[in-house]
Order: sequence, then structure tokens, then C-alpha cells
Amino acid sequence: MAEEDEDFEQPGGLRSFWSGTITFGLVTVPVALYAATRSRGVALKMIGPDEAAVRRRYVCSKDGQVLDADDIVRGYEIEKGKYVVVTDDELEAIEPRKSREIDLRVFVDVDGIDPVYFERAYFLVPAGGTNKAYRLLAEVMEKNKQAGIATFVMRAKEYLVAIIAENGILRAETLRFADEIRKPEDIGLPKLAKPPAAEVKKFENQIAKHAKKVNLHEFLDDYTERLEKLVAAKEKKKADIVRAPAETRDEAEEGGGEVVDLLAVLSRSLGGNAPRKPARKAATTRKKAPAKKSAGAKKK
Amino acid sequence: MAARAIWKGVVHVGTLKVPVKLYSAVTNRTVHFRLLHKADKQPVKQQLVSSDSGESVEYAEVKKAFPLTRGRMVLLEKEELEKLEPKDSRDIEITRFVNLGDIDHRWYERAYYLGPDGDAKAYFAAAAALERKKKEGVARWVMRDRAYVGALRAEDGYLMLITLRHAEEIISADALQPPGGRALAAREVEMASQLLTALHDEFDPTQFHDEYRARVMELVETKAAGKKPKVVKFRPKKDTDDVTDALAASLAGMKKRSARG
Repeated sequence: MAEEDEDFEQPGGLRSFWSGTITFGLVTVPVALYAATRSRGVALKMIGPDEAAVRRRYVCSKDGQVLDADDIVRGYEIEKGKYVVVTDDELEAIEPRKSREIDLRVFVDVDGIDPVYFERAYFLVPAGGTNKAYRLLAEVMEKNKQAGIATFVMRAKEYLVAIIAENGILRAETLRFADEIRKPEDIGLPKLAKPPAAEVKKFENQIAKHAKKVNLHEFLDDYTERLEKLVAAKEKKKADIVRAPAETRDEAEEGGGEVVDLLAVLSRSLGGNAPRKPARKAATTRKKAPAKKSAGAKKK
Repeated sequence: MAARAIWKGVVHVGTLKVPVKLYSAVTNRTVHFRLLHKADKQPVKQQLVSSDSGESVEYAEVKKAFPLTRGRMVLLEKEELEKLEPKDSRDIEITRFVNLGDIDHRWYERAYYLGPDGDAKAYFAAAAALERKKKEGVARWVMRDRAYVGALRAEDGYLMLITLRHAEEIISADALQPPGGRALAAREVEMASQLLTALHDEFDPTQFHDEYRARVMELVETKAAGKKPKVVKFRPKKDTDDVTDALAASLAGMKKRSARG
């Protein structure tokens, strides 16, 4: 199905970037992983004075030489200005032998996970020739309101993860490690003090007065809305409209439907079609700097 | 060591005010690498260039554009974009209080502790009231030119503010069809439930450690000492449709283990 595979080459995080197996007991569930959240807002394009698209390139900070991906390595600063170079192969080699396995050794109540821990959500779709084990795991976890907990390594970073089932679909929710969560005493917050009952009562009254149901409209980002209004107004006035440089065009023609596309990709993957070949090696897909790996360089 | 507050504001609960300082409740401990030029091991820097001419472009000269259909785009001036930014304010407005658990955890993004900024009485009273009422507040505020939606919660007697993702960031599982197939055998569901029960425990995050992070640091130290790191290969597992046997074997294995104590 070469045609379908093309979908995974589209930009915007539509590709599965990890595949492996979930195991519970001796049961294995082959899965592929997709983002369940997308970045916020609209990506504006950068345009130079010549109205051509602006792109980024890397140059050496010392001699100014323009660098290709092949000229770039990753280094860890052991002392000021002194680096130890670490290669992708070396990072891969120290991955645990079972890095392609999410081994669920403990199941916890979903409600028992403190929300502070949650970091990011991914959808898991069946990736093997069969989806029976997938459906079985989803069914029993959802019914019992359980989440499976494990750690696994993906793209040079270890994740603590909670596997949660909703609507028959498995999600991997990455969690922060315990040593990444600060406590009130780490921050230096004052010792707990018992507030006067009358003061507490005042707050309780206000809480009762403003108690309502969740309204998801409140979670909408009105910046995007304002931006879209500005764009629509300028388009109507035909102000500052120029031809888009070729490389920025495709995305606009798609109608900006990243979500729609991701939904389509996910739906097809869940539909039990032929197994996909996700997560090809970075080197064979696109040339890119090692910065794309998550253990990658510091953002400047 | 006391941490530094990253922002100060005033929480408005109806007519009541709670002056607060904001502290990050999470830290990222991932090992950070720098990108280096292979030849001289010097850090790289990014440069903007025109994709037409390849000439370098100063950041100040860059214009932002919004792509339209039919190969067009609209240029947006800096001043136009600035006008879209939310107005700066110190107010954290609580728009409503909802039952704990009504905001799905997938909305939570990043947690901040609030500390009292002066009025500790109001601070601890607000935390105590939230705890007693089992509610969390939906908060809106603007911090560093960005509008946030958050959840104001009580956490062990302290106030915590968790930023929420915006609605357009979340892809709901409801929009997707779960994978279908022949109905699962009741016996398999039963066995899988048993396995889950056998593996059930309290969530204890301190049991899990970022071992890979430790290995990366070990690798760095090995190389810094001029030694050669070891290389290991990975072999994938075969998957099988024979769930019943695997479940039975798992359950049998667990019984043996618990019998041994």
C-alpha cells in the first residue's frame, strides 16, 4: 500500500514516530504511537525583505561555516567550553534491551494519579496483524477504571507512562518522574497555617455562589480567533496580499486542517487496515539536524 | 533552598482577593546536549536566510505572513500582531468553580505552586475552602503577553495553579472509532481482569526512575575519561493471537510467584 504510506510523509506530526509492544503478563500488544495533542495556534510563516520564505540554517559560532546535518554532532558540556561528543548510535546502544516494549507491571486507579504528573498524551493504535489483544486490554482497563504504568525509552529519552483506555482506544499519557515534581518545602512556601474559620467560610460562600459546570468554550484560545479576524479583514480589503513562496503553499491548500488530517490518519489506523510501517529511521526520511531528537540541543 | 517566584498576581474569588506569587511546581531533568560543529567541536548557532537567494536575513527584517488558499498569503506588520496580544494584568480571575475531576486530566499542562504574597490568612483560607468544598476554580490570566486558562486547586493545604491546554490542542477519543473485530471471549475478558487485579497497586511514582538519564550521564563520563562505550543490539518480539494461552501462563506464573512469597 505504497500510496497510503505517503500520508506519513506529511508535515505536522501526522506520522507515528514510535512503534513497539505493550505487554501485560505474557500478552503482547503491538502498537504505534501518535500525538493526541497538537501545538497551539497558527504557525505564521517568516518572510524576508525579498518576499521569499526565510529558513534557518546552522553555522559554526566560531568560524561561521555553514553546516549541513552531517557536519553537526551533539555534545555535553562537561566544563565551560569543553564538550564530550555523543553520537546517535551510542545513545541507541545504551537504550534498554527492551526499549521497544512498554511492560505494564502495575495497574493503578486512574483517579489515583495526581494530575501534576501528567505531561502529554499520545494515541496508541494496533500495529500488528491482529487487534484482539489490543481490544482486550482496552476493554478490561476501561471497565475497571485502571491505568497501566511503565517506563519506556523513545527517541533518546525515558518516559514514565500511564496507559489509559477510553472509548475502546488506548492512550499513552507520559508522566513526569517523581524527582521532577517539587514540593512546597523545596520552594520555600511558608508552613501550613490554620486560617480563621470565618475567613474560610467567606471563601466557601464565594465558591458555592460561582459553582457551575465546566464550559469548554472557556478553554478556547481567543488569540487565534483575533488573528484569524485580522487576516480575514485584510484579505477582504486585499491589503498586503502577496504570492506565497512555493515551499509554504502546500499547507494552505490543505485548508490548515492538521486536526482533520490527524483524525483521518488515526481513523484509518484504528480501522484495522494493513499493518503500517511507522517510525522509519530519521536518516532515511528527511535530512535533519540531530536537534530533532528529543534529547537534543537546548533551545536558544 | 527557597525558589524564586516567576510571577506575582492577585487571585480574584468573587469579591475576595488573594495576592500570590507563582512558582514552577515541575522541573525538567532531561540531559541537555548542545549542537556542535563536527570539525572543531564548537557550538553551532542558527542563522536566518532567504530561501531564494541564500543571503542571510536579520531577524528585525523578517515579516510574518499568514498562508491563504490559492498560493497567496497576507503579510502582517509587527504593530498589527502586537495589537492582538492580550492586555497585561496582574489579575487571576476565577470564572467558575467545578467539581474535582470534572476537568479531564488531559487538559492539564503544567503545574505551578502559588505562595502567599503578604496576606497569608486569605491564602490559607482559600485553600481550605477549596478542599472542604471539593472544588477547583477555572482561572484566566495573562502572563508575559500570553493568555492562560488554568485550574486553581488545593494541594495538601497549599494553592496550586495548573495551566490548561487550549481546546484546539486536544484531539478527543470520541471523534475516533475504536478498532473492531469479533466479540471478545468472556473467558479471556475474565482472565485479563484477573491479571489486572493481581497486578493492581497504589500509584507510587517514587518507584520509577529515569534510568536512561543515568545511563546517558554514565556514557558521557565514560567518554570524558577517554574510554570506549559498549554497544548492544535490540531484537524485536513476535506477536501472537493466542491470547488465551498467554493469559493462562501469566496467571499461572503469578500464582507460583506469590506462593513462593
